[in-house]
Formats: sequence, C-alpha cells, structure tokens
Amino acid sequence: MEVNDALVDKLANLAKLKFDALEKEEIKSDLQKMIAFVEKLNELDTTGVKPLLHMTDEVNVLREDEVKGSISREAALKNAPLHDEQFFKVPKVIKK
Amino acid sequence: MSTKDLYEIVVGLEVHAQLLTKSKLFCGDSIAFGQEPNIQVSPITLGHPGTLPKMNRRAIECAVKMGLACHCEIERYNYFARKNYFYPDLPKGYQVSQHTTPICKSGFITIKSGNSAKLIRLNRIHLEEDAGKSVHDADIHNTCVDYNRAGTPLIEIVSEPDLRSAEEVYNYLTEIRKIVRYLGVCDGNMEEGSLRCDVNISVRRKGDEKLGTKVEVKNLNSIRNARRAVETEAERLIGLIEKGETIIQQTRSFDAGNGTTFAIRDKEDADDYRYFPEPDLTPFNLEEEFIERIRREIPQLHTERISKYVNEYKLSEYDAVILTEEKSFSDYFEDLVTFARDYKASANWMAGPVKSWLNDNGNEIENFPLKPERLSALIQLVNNNKVSFTVASTKLLNALLGDASKEPLQLATELNLLQESNASAIEPIIEQVISKYADKVKEYKKGKKGLLSLFVGEVMKLSKGKADPKLTNDLLTEKLNS
Repeated sequence: MEVNDALVDKLANLAKLKFDALEKEEIKSDLQKMIAFVEKLNELDTTGVKPLLHMTDEVNVLREDEVKGSISREAALKNAPLHDEQFFKVPKVIKK
Repeated sequence: MSTKDLYEIVVGLEVHAQLLTKSKLFCGDSIAFGQEPNIQVSPITLGHPGTLPKMNRRAIECAVKMGLACHCEIERYNYFARKNYFYPDLPKGYQVSQHTTPICKSGFITIKSGNSAKLIRLNRIHLEEDAGKSVHDADIHNTCVDYNRAGTPLIEIVSEPDLRSAEEVYNYLTEIRKIVRYLGVCDGNMEEGSLRCDVNISVRRKGDEKLGTKVEVKNLNSIRNARRAVETEAERLIGLIEKGETIIQQTRSFDAGNGTTFAIRDKEDADDYRYFPEPDLTPFNLEEEFIERIRREIPQLHTERISKYVNEYKLSEYDAVILTEEKSFSDYFEDLVTFARDYKASANWMAGPVKSWLNDNGNEIENFPLKPERLSALIQLVNNNKVSFTVASTKLLNALLGDASKEPLQLATELNLLQESNASAIEPIIEQVISKYADKVKEYKKGKKGLLSLFVGEVMKLSKGKADPKLTNDLLTEKLNS
C-alpha cells in the first residue's frame, strides 16, 4: 500500500489534525513503515481461518437494567481542559 | 394536471426510538430526561481510558420485542461495531452500533394508504447508543456539552424506500409510535426526543425505473414536521429538475419555523466511518427460549384490537381507531366492557364524555377519577332509561367526578336527576307547552311536522331534562294529532 499525500490528507481530515509540510513528510515515512510492518502478516495463508473479532471466548456478558455507577459532576468535569460548573466546553462547532 | 403530478416521491425512513430502560446501554447511568447537565455520567459514558462497557439485558429484550412485532427475523449471533467520527458530543470518538449484525432483519409495518392498507418493508432494526447534547448558544465563545444523553439505548428502525407520499410518511410514523407505545419499548414522546427520524427522499418522473439522487433530511422531531419536510423537500427537488439543474446528494436540515430545508453538508466528502468490531464488548447470542419468552410478552396490539372491536363488538372502524389511539385508553375500554357488556354504548361514552373530560383537563385516562366499574353503572342507568344520556353525560357525570365514592344511582336520586317516565308527570308540562305555542301548534296541524322537535325540546327544558324523551315524543304526537 502506498502512502501518499492524498492518504495523509484524508487521515488528517478524519482525525481532525493539521500538519505542516515537514511534519507531513515525516508522517508519510512513519506510516509507510507501520504499514509495511503489518503487511508482513499477509505472508501467512489464512484461507479458511475465521477472523478473530474478540480476544476472549466469553459471550452474553450482560448487566441488569439498574441505575448505578454515576460519578459527581465535579469529578466528571475535573479533567476537562475547559469547563464551567455545569458543562464541558469545546471550541464552537457551529457557525452562526 | 400540475407539474407535481408528473413526479413520484420515493422515501425511506430511519427512525430512532429511545428504549424504555432505566439505565444506559453499556453502563448504569440513569437516562431520565430533563436533568441538570452532566449528572448522569460515569467514566464509561465519558470514555475514560481503562473503562469497560457492559450490555444492558433489558435493551436487548426491547429490541427483540420490536422486531417480533414487526415480523422481523431475529439475529442469533450479535456483536457491536465502532463507528468512528469526531464530534464533541461523542466522548469516545466512536459510536457503538450494530453495524454488521443488526438484531432484527427484514420484516414489515402495515400502514394506511388512502383507503387501503400497504406494507412498508423494513431493512433492519439495530441497537445503538445515543450521543450527548451540544448547546451552542449558552456561551458566545464555546460550545457547551452535556453528556447525560450519551450512551442512552436506541433502536434504529430502517425502512426500505417504500413510502410514496408525505401522507404515507405521516401514517408510517404514527404507526411506529403506536407500536412502540403498545409494546412499552419506547414512550414515543417526540417533544423529549424519544422518537426522531431522518428522511431519505428522492423524486423521479412517474414510470421511471431509476431512482433519483437522494437527499437526507435529518433529525425531524415530530410526525407533523416529517410530513412537512417531505412536502417541501419534494417540491424543491421537483423544482430543480424542472429548471434542468442537477440534484446533489446532500444532508439537509428542516427549519420548522419557516418550513424550509437547508444544506448542512454535501456527501462529496463522503463519510468514512471505518467500522470495525467493538473489542470491548463480548458478542451476545440469543437462544430460541429467550426469543419465545419475549414473543409471549407481546401484548395485543392496536391492530388486533381494532379488528376485534369491528368484527366482534360490531363497532365502526372510526370508533375502533379512536378507542385504540392510546394503549391505556383502550385498556380502560377493555375493562369497561367486562362490566358494561354494551359495546356501542361503552364506545360512545369513551369517545364522547370521557375523551372530552381528558381533553378539557389535559389529563390521561390513568387519572380519570371514575373506575370502569363505576362508569359502567352510569351507562347502565342510561340504558335502563333511569337517566337521559344528556343528563348522565353532563350533570351526573360531573357530580360523580366530584365525588367518585358514590354510586351513580344514589347520586342521581340525591340530585333529583332520575328520568320521569310517568305519563302523569309529563302530561301537565305538555299542556303548558301546547298553550304557550298555540300558533306553532296551528302550523304543525297544517302540516309543518318538523315542529315536533321544538315541542319535545321545550318539554325537556321545562322538565330540566328529566322527561323520558321517547315517552314525551309519543305523548306529544298523540296529543297534537287528536
């Protein structure tokens, strides 16, 4: 798989990140290496092997419909970079 | 024939119904509506590292119940997928949704179309979590986010593009709302956002095989607005085609204020959600036994009740529809007829005085002060000619609503409302009326027979509604024709 500018731009857009030209070159080369690393797996013949979707064999791990486990608002907001007493705050996401 | 008539509207709907659980889909936060912001949140809702979601059993039951009621196939082997996108109201950066294995597949919903019934095929019903809520106008510099709603269990009901008019869209949504409310899987409260829908709409020349380019109108929060949005959007699309312009595949929003739609984004920057199986949740398998248990829990739906009322109770279709509008109202009627046995009279009482009282008081049948047994006693009084319907449905009903502890007969006696079915008591009043309207009597005798109702009305008035109308009628006719 070829990592080109278009792919990096697309990923940057999906991840809502911005890079300058220098960073983009670096990312291109890093990404290329990562993909090459993973592509090694293609050397294995996996015909007839079902995809492994989950890392355990457990199924039906369900909970009852009970209200519990909420934390206080103060604790919820504590780690947010921007907040007031009630809300998490983020840059305006709508143009008016 | 107008230009509009040359086109056919093709609509498919995605309806989101909030499930009637107490807690969220993957954690124990409450999903109560209208609470202070950010108090129904846990580290799982907020997507903190190291947290593990766990599936709510009741949400699965609700989804299966809806699927069975809509004649769907139930998926035995389920797992969730992550739908990845960035938006502040989505704390984890992905929505957990049954992208690959929807819990219910195919199926259909029967709706009214004109005077006939029409099947609207379903593509799927799947489970997913709701997002939080962004508040854009509380702070001039920032968007404020409330995560109380994030993680609330939803089912998304996806139809095939089988709807052909705004009216059908309206009927389809009305039908879904009734089904979820009868099943008790969603409260159907559109003002609170418990039921919302996205409309996929395209238009094509009648007779064309190929579908037109579709436009999606998102987040319609009332059945009426969905109908309006389809009407305006179809008109706009037809206008574009008529002007020779190309329709772009778009996501639009409906402005209920001025009844127009506006573009929010073009589909050119096509969504790329990079779905993959959610590794944090175990798959869940549904056993036959479980599905059968849910099937047994499905109550009689409005459609079955309508056919029972029409075929067995011999009520009109119109009455049957009114009676089954709300499950609780229909439940009351079901109770009432076990006492009253007179289906027609019971239906008239429900659709008439009872419904008016509920409307006037903005109340629900659950809070109607008279229990079915007591109301049936009142109906009995009318059927036995003890009290006229008019008096029973006004004075006596009001008195009973004020003092629900008393028996209707007792109260009618106390208030002197019992009907006069004794000729000797009515005759003097008739004499009085005849002498008061001597000239009208002459006209009557000359052939103006329609005046009879005037005389009857006068007798009823003077007797304060207590004269037996049939007897009055007979006595009057006899007297006037003698």
